[in-house]
Amino acid sequence: MNKKWILPSLYILFLMLPIYGLLSMSFKTTNEILGGFSLFPQNFTLENYIKIFTDPTWYNGYINSLIYVCLNTVISVSVALPAAYAFSRYRFLGDKHLFFWLLTNRMAPPAVFALPFFQLYSAIELFDTHLAVALAHCLFNIPLAVWILEGFMSGIPKELDETAYLDGYSFWRFFIRIFIPTIAAGIGVAAFFCFMYSWVELLLAKTLTSVDAKPIAAIMTRTASTSGYELGLLAAAGSLTIIPGAFVIYFVRNYIAKGFALGRV
Amino acid sequence: MAIELRNVSLRIGAETHIYETNLSLQPGQFNILLGTTLSGKTSLMRLMAGLEKPTSGELWMNGEAVTGIPVQKRSVAMVYQAFINYPSFSVYDNIASPLKVAGLPKDEIDARVQQFADLLQLTPMLHRLPDELSGGQQQRTALARALVKGADLVLLDEPLANLDYKLREELRDELPKMFADSGATVVYATSEPLEALMLGGYTATLNEGRVVQFGETSSIYRQPDSLEAARVFSDPPINTATIEKRGNSAYLNDSVSWTVPAQLASMPDGRYSIGLRPHHLLPDGEGVKVGGEVQIAEISGSESIMRVNIEGNNWVSEAHGIHSFEFGEHRSFFFDSKRCLYFDSNDKLVETQV
Repeated sequence: MNKKWILPSLYILFLMLPIYGLLSMSFKTTNEILGGFSLFPQNFTLENYIKIFTDPTWYNGYINSLIYVCLNTVISVSVALPAAYAFSRYRFLGDKHLFFWLLTNRMAPPAVFALPFFQLYSAIELFDTHLAVALAHCLFNIPLAVWILEGFMSGIPKELDETAYLDGYSFWRFFIRIFIPTIAAGIGVAAFFCFMYSWVELLLAKTLTSVDAKPIAAIMTRTASTSGYELGLLAAAGSLTIIPGAFVIYFVRNYIAKGFALGRV
Repeated sequence: MAIELRNVSLRIGAETHIYETNLSLQPGQFNILLGTTLSGKTSLMRLMAGLEKPTSGELWMNGEAVTGIPVQKRSVAMVYQAFINYPSFSVYDNIASPLKVAGLPKDEIDARVQQFADLLQLTPMLHRLPDELSGGQQQRTALARALVKGADLVLLDEPLANLDYKLREELRDELPKMFADSGATVVYATSEPLEALMLGGYTATLNEGRVVQFGETSSIYRQPDSLEAARVFSDPPINTATIEKRGNSAYLNDSVSWTVPAQLASMPDGRYSIGLRPHHLLPDGEGVKVGGEVQIAEISGSESIMRVNIEGNNWVSEAHGIHSFEFGEHRSFFFDSKRCLYFDSNDKLVETQV
């Protein structure tokens, strides 16, 4: 093995340690976890996973999370596309200020919005629906998506738009048939980040749901407090939450480098 | 298609890009817009295409006012200096796209795409994506897309500027031929006087947002109607100097003089400007002899270009063959006084027979 690989390998090993710990715990019983530290499961068990996949209160958590995360990703990207196009193609009064203001939305802590959202959604009977969480997450994800997409769109020369108009394309036909395929990489990257932020966000998701749309992360915290420390079960649930992210990353891994090159990710 | 600009001007913010312009281009003509960077070539083209709305004035096509009509409804095609193609479409789909939008039947689209792919030698790469082509092939694709729809007005904005030398020469030869039978009005922007001369047709010389002169390319090269027009249409820049006309003679200074042509002789005495193209000022030969000090000498291929200070004027001499000079050397240059262009105190040409 080449020497230059030693340092990166050590770094990756270091990063993977907690994930390995989580995975190994998920195959242990709670008693073994509490009994002391061991590198490998002594009594290998799939009991934790079986429980999650058979108990509706558990697996519904995943389904709920996936529903509102996907819903949010679709809303965020489809709303951000025309907005980003406007920022990249048109000059209007205060455009730069507005663009920056969008970003400041990301600086506000979610806790600030939790209570007003709770009251508003209760009033319009959106409380405890997937849409409620999806809409709440738009607050952070739309600015992010606009920011990422604007970078990709500004990399496309304006002459492309003009050529299409001269060829006879109407705006929307051009936008859907030519422009969107051209910035597919950017859409992939924006969708990925929306997905990830929405997937890991807990405070708003927990506050705006009670039963029907409860996210997996909220179910994990509740279980831990009512039935003692079911650490093995928690570890299994935690391991499963990694999967969707890893899955999405696989699809956009090549595009993300491009996003970094534009300085927008 | 005839296209006519009537008092068209373009101002963006406080900046005037095009001053009031009147220009009328005839169907089937090959027209050249010649000017340096920022002279307004691209702005003028964008106005003709309808991509930019004129601040004042009107645009007429075939006797119809089209000023407010959206670009989609006009019969216009444009090729840019940067290679613009639809990145997600194959070469075939790129060329076919204007026909598809127009809703032509499939077999007709196919026939026309094949025809223009053959013409531009793109047949072997029809199924590749633009990114997989060389620069020349990308620009050919863009040209094919502009040609295929048979637009009445084709705008070419320095289409060859980003290509390498060899490809440029090749395409420059082919371009006028391609459009020869189409009946389209072609407008070709370039910053190189030599390119304009090679392409022929008609030329409008542009300077700082104004059309300086418009006419047949060779005639406006030979007879620029003002000093400004002569400057635009000369590379290296035209040599100028002030002369004093007394009777039948022109005096560059006390020791250098020559006989003026009949047209100038009949004009009143006084100060005039002359323009002399660099390739008419030679380090050997006969004619009017002037002394000068060599400041810079460079050899580009078979041409020697020398910058010399002649009687207080910075002049350029461009001669065939290799002439070597020492920096600061003092020596004689010659020019044929018949080659001089004379301009009056308003910088307007005093008509002469060449």
